Amino acid sequence: MPEALIHVQPDFANWTCPLPLADYPTIVMGHGGGGKLGNELVEHLFLPAFRNAALAHLGDAAVLELAAGRIAMSTDSFVVQPLFFPGGNIGALAVNGTVNDLAVSGATPKFLSASFILEEGFPIAQLAAIVEAMAAAARAAGVQIVTGDTKVVERGHGDGCYINTAGVGAMRSGIQIGPQCAEPGDAILVSGTLGDHGMAIMSVREGLEFESQIRSDCAALNGLIANVLDAAGPSVHAMRDPTRGGLASTLNEIAQASGVGIVLQEKSLPVRTEVQSACELLGFDPVYVANEGKAVFFVAPEAASRVLEVLRAHPLGRDAARIGYVTADHKGILVARTAMGANRVIPIQIGEQLPRIC
Amino acid sequence: MKYLTEFRNGEIARAMAREIDAITTRPCKIMEVCGGQTHSIIKNGIDQMLPAEIEMIHGPGCPVCVTPLDLIDKALAIAAQPGVIFCSFGDMLRVPGTAGDLFQVKGSGGDVRVVYSPLDAVELAEKYPDRQVVFFGVGFETTAPANAMSVHLAKRRGLKNFSMLVSHVLVPPAIEAIMSSPGNHVQAFLAAGHVCSVMGYWEYPPIADKFQIPIVVTGFEPLDLLDGIRRAVTQLERGEHRVENAYERIVSFAGNLEAQRVLAEVFEVTDRAWRGIGVIPRSGWRLNARYRDFDAEERFNISGIHTVESPLCHAGDVLRGAIKPAACPAFGKECTPRHPLGATMVSSEGACAAYFNYGRFLSVDQLAGASHA
Repeated sequence: MPEALIHVQPDFANWTCPLPLADYPTIVMGHGGGGKLGNELVEHLFLPAFRNAALAHLGDAAVLELAAGRIAMSTDSFVVQPLFFPGGNIGALAVNGTVNDLAVSGATPKFLSASFILEEGFPIAQLAAIVEAMAAAARAAGVQIVTGDTKVVERGHGDGCYINTAGVGAMRSGIQIGPQCAEPGDAILVSGTLGDHGMAIMSVREGLEFESQIRSDCAALNGLIANVLDAAGPSVHAMRDPTRGGLASTLNEIAQASGVGIVLQEKSLPVRTEVQSACELLGFDPVYVANEGKAVFFVAPEAASRVLEVLRAHPLGRDAARIGYVTADHKGILVARTAMGANRVIPIQIGEQLPRIC
Repeated sequence: MKYLTEFRNGEIARAMAREIDAITTRPCKIMEVCGGQTHSIIKNGIDQMLPAEIEMIHGPGCPVCVTPLDLIDKALAIAAQPGVIFCSFGDMLRVPGTAGDLFQVKGSGGDVRVVYSPLDAVELAEKYPDRQVVFFGVGFETTAPANAMSVHLAKRRGLKNFSMLVSHVLVPPAIEAIMSSPGNHVQAFLAAGHVCSVMGYWEYPPIADKFQIPIVVTGFEPLDLLDGIRRAVTQLERGEHRVENAYERIVSFAGNLEAQRVLAEVFEVTDRAWRGIGVIPRSGWRLNARYRDFDAEERFNISGIHTVESPLCHAGDVLRGAIKPAACPAFGKECTPRHPLGATMVSSEGACAAYFNYGRFLSVDQLAGASHA
């Protein structure tokens, strides 16, 4: 690809895509065919949005510089419906999801790939909005999208737009973090309110309207996590972003991986009133509802207040809370202390939560 | 929504539990009728707060659990037909029929949709005039008004492609059946607050008289339940048997008259089979002659249903309150939420699911470590 083409519209702020894609206001099979139409997508949509040196070469692979040391790699596919929802869209989700998976592994996210599977007939304007959101999310997270691919499937064989992202990051040194590293006595902290993403999706998908709109918490957590690790890295034993399956699944997984018990103080769980109300209505428990911009930290008890302070000082951690602790009792099992003072087990859910009858 | 905090106040709850402890002098068995109450009791640990003399017995008030197997099988058969859009509340989808569940029908290409209101199904029927839209109308008196209204609307709008597979059941006949069953040991009832919000509680005084039992209309939040239990225990200790309303903020004696009018317009009382229990006379509703055209059983005329219940499943004993879920030999072994043998292990209101999901397969000793900090 001639270098000059990349700079057709070098200023993303003034980028006026989808010209000249306007000839085809919707995706046609040819956009995935490797011919002129596909090139147009790359030149006029992906390159101006994601532009960076590695991508500009448009080679079969991006060639990257990373400092010596261990790297982390992760991949995730995104099939969310609806594609656009309050607080985000599939594009922002695809970038932030992979960034967060790297960050909670103790890595500094650096580079992402982005692959699109588009359905014939998908509006280019929507694709442009998704791509723009990915570019904005990548900028906010300080990562580059350095390689990608587009395939088009026939109408009826896809759901508009699927995105896969993979990412690599440089592992931080001086930390020992993993789901198997939680220790009895550890304090458990969560960076903010629970269930926002899942209930935002649910409310749009099902046309449920509540008094105030529930917004997804979709966000990149690498900045927040870097602050925590800078302040108390060696004291952090485990981190996770509680996405699908919610907090309950994440904590159960860590309890089992580390061979420890976990006690949750139900009263301490931060849940927005509108999310709690929506959950009540549908018979859901917020601990099982997905988050896309929250992290859970297992930290040595003496570092807990410091970490909480650091979390609350960050815009994404204002509602952070200490929600429980690790115990040597009831290994592999998550127990909640109810507001009544009783105990109940919170198991992993079998499938999705199902809206109840009455 | 203040009930999220006020009616879940731990301190007040503990004070009420102490009060109940103080007035209790003898063993008593109280049945909460509704599955929603069962879940609230187990989820919040209300039963753990009560004195040892009080045993809460979990009643049959889970609509998913008592929907008879042959009707589930009919639902599966109808949902699998080409051209049908089969609409259901979410928690019916995983209920096991003789061969599979609605999720499996959906996975095999059936158009099965979760709706939040039967009115959504009516709208689907209008939107897809060349498809048959069937709504699975299950539930107690609580869900019945909306279901009745949807059939009423479909008729008024002249929709020929909407029908309802009806399995409505009624609480008062179930209470009578439990009290009349041999070996019954239930001494008092917490009537289901939401059911009474529709029907009022005028149906209950004759039952309280006939069987000499206290019946307390009770809500679902921890403090509602403790209040209901306190009133039931007080009556038992005094040897009284009255109907009391502990859910006055929602329930009136007469109930929702407009809802009752719609119910009378659309439904008529019929004998119903309850899964795990058997046929209870005059214990359900079906569409009456004016609305018979909208009955999916008539429209689809499904025959050749041969139901087979798991011989291991003791859901009937659980639903009658004869045994606690964990006392079933299959509980947590052959029967788990992943591989449920009976509906009580599936539904969000089923007693077996409540016991499994809230960890009642562990002894209190195993959980005791949790209360150290």
